Amino acid sequence: MTVVSTEPEAAVAVPAERPRLRLSPGAGRGLLGWALPAVTLLAWEGLARAGAISANVLPAPSAVLAAGWELALSGELARHIAASSGRALAGFAIGGGAGFAFGLANGLSARSRALTDTSLQMLRNIPHLALIPLVILWFGIGEEAKIFLVALGVFFPIYVNTLLGIQGTDPQLVEMGRIYGMGPRALFVRVILPGALPAIFTGLRYGLGIMWLTLIVAETIAAKSGLGYMAMQAREFMQLDVVVLSILIYAALGKLADSLARGLESATLSWHPAFQRPAATGRRAR
Amino acid sequence: MAFDSSSAPAFTLHGVRRSFGAKRVLDGVDLSVPQGQFLAIVGKSGCGKSTLLRLLAGLDRPDAGRIEIGRSGDGAGQAPGTRIMFQEPRLLPWERVEDNVAVGLTGIATGPEARARARAYLAEVGLSDRAGDWPAVLSGGQRQRVALARALVGQPGILALDEPLGALDALTRIEMQRLLERIWREKGFTAVLVTHDVAEAVVLADRVVVLEEGRIALDLAIDLPRPRRHGSAEAAALEQTILDRLLGRDG
Ligand SMILES: Nc1ncnc2c1ncn2[C@@H]1O[C@H](COP(=O)(O)OP(=O)(O)OP(=O)(O)O)[C@@H](O)[C@H]1O
Ligand SMILES: [Mg+2]
Repeated sequence: MTVVSTEPEAAVAVPAERPRLRLSPGAGRGLLGWALPAVTLLAWEGLARAGAISANVLPAPSAVLAAGWELALSGELARHIAASSGRALAGFAIGGGAGFAFGLANGLSARSRALTDTSLQMLRNIPHLALIPLVILWFGIGEEAKIFLVALGVFFPIYVNTLLGIQGTDPQLVEMGRIYGMGPRALFVRVILPGALPAIFTGLRYGLGIMWLTLIVAETIAAKSGLGYMAMQAREFMQLDVVVLSILIYAALGKLADSLARGLESATLSWHPAFQRPAATGRRAR
Repeated sequence: MAFDSSSAPAFTLHGVRRSFGAKRVLDGVDLSVPQGQFLAIVGKSGCGKSTLLRLLAGLDRPDAGRIEIGRSGDGAGQAPGTRIMFQEPRLLPWERVEDNVAVGLTGIATGPEARARARAYLAEVGLSDRAGDWPAVLSGGQRQRVALARALVGQPGILALDEPLGALDALTRIEMQRLLERIWREKGFTAVLVTHDVAEAVVLADRVVVLEEGRIALDLAIDLPRPRRHGSAEAAALEQTILDRLLGRDG
């Protein structure tokens, strides 16, 4: 990997150029990102109230909010969210764990790679959602079916990126570690794994996206609980507000997962020039 | 005087050979280097300088011949024999400067002791105030100084340097040469410097050897008083002798 040096002086100079702005530049940019959604939401509400958008096509945000409030009071909403999140996490833990383990094994051992990589690359070409009919035949519409699909979907991005990360290890750094007497354990912990982390995080975030996507499809087709089931029930009774609500909750959960991953990423990769905020690049003696 | 040429050898090469495929890179190198000497190795690109250093540092084995590393007399016991420094600093980007230096104490010291020793060597190379920084924010010369501190913190008997200043600009190079000379005089290790720069060899070394066609073609003592300056008349004459040899003109 190449590490591009950043000029601390130049980076620190940015906030100084804008003394009138009371918010830190990071917070300003964060707020700016919310401006467009807020405007969209207001416009949507306005158009719905003015009757420009029929309630049969798209209910107003306030109607969606009201439906959400009702479902929340009855406890129904929490039950569905818990069911969906449980499946997501279980599938992610299984598929992500296996992908990580295979990625490590195949990155570190040529023998393991020779044994399993070709087979895994072949399986990767099967779209996992194409397996839904088969999975329903195998597992019925129980929990296993959905967890299996999520795990399968999450496995490949994590496997491929972990493998890439480990294979991208700088051989000069490994040689350096050996010269200084690092054993295999120390080499892995101090040289190989940290170098692979940026790629692993890419896989993690990609896997989280696939996790929600798989779950949405699986729950809409075959489930007795969860957000997808809630949406399909609502569709039967023409409760458009609940349908929209479940879509929005899916989006929020996806965003939450991605934000958590990003937070973890920037905390772990603070050494990486791409993650160094201006304030963090100054000299800092411990 | 920084070293006594009558002292015990730091290392000795006896008829060392190394081939890669059909190409014989080192073809019987004999060389004995007394403890504390500053040796410079020059030679055309591809003549086997790096190969020789890697053999010395134990990163490679000779096909024939022997390499004897002298035991340093005091019973320090754990001190590593040889450390090698490359043209690239090879710092761990994800560890802070201080922890990078402490890599040089792997298996020698840990915890607060390692930290204290790492800091002492950072001070030695003039980077005490950068102990908590990431390598990415340092300049090329500063990174190379961190690599020097890491190589020396374990107090090796021999420091092998493979064009460590090759990637630096002219001014930083001269600064680094001064730093290297000062630390070498202070610590008394044996230095083996591979360089393309004949002037650098003459300003730093007690002895310059020219490697050619797998053998030592010239072995020249540099008896100039220290500290030396670039461009003195005696240095220029010695440089000319070495250059003539390198360019194949018999002088
Ligand atoms: N591991 C290797 N496998 C095959 N050939 C090698 C290997 N290492 C070195 N060589 C060859 O040995 C010769 C000497 O290489 P070496 O790196 O020692 O040269 P050098 O004197 O350090 O050159 P430079 O000044 O350009 O660094 C070259 O022809 C090189 O191609
Ligand atoms: Mg070389």
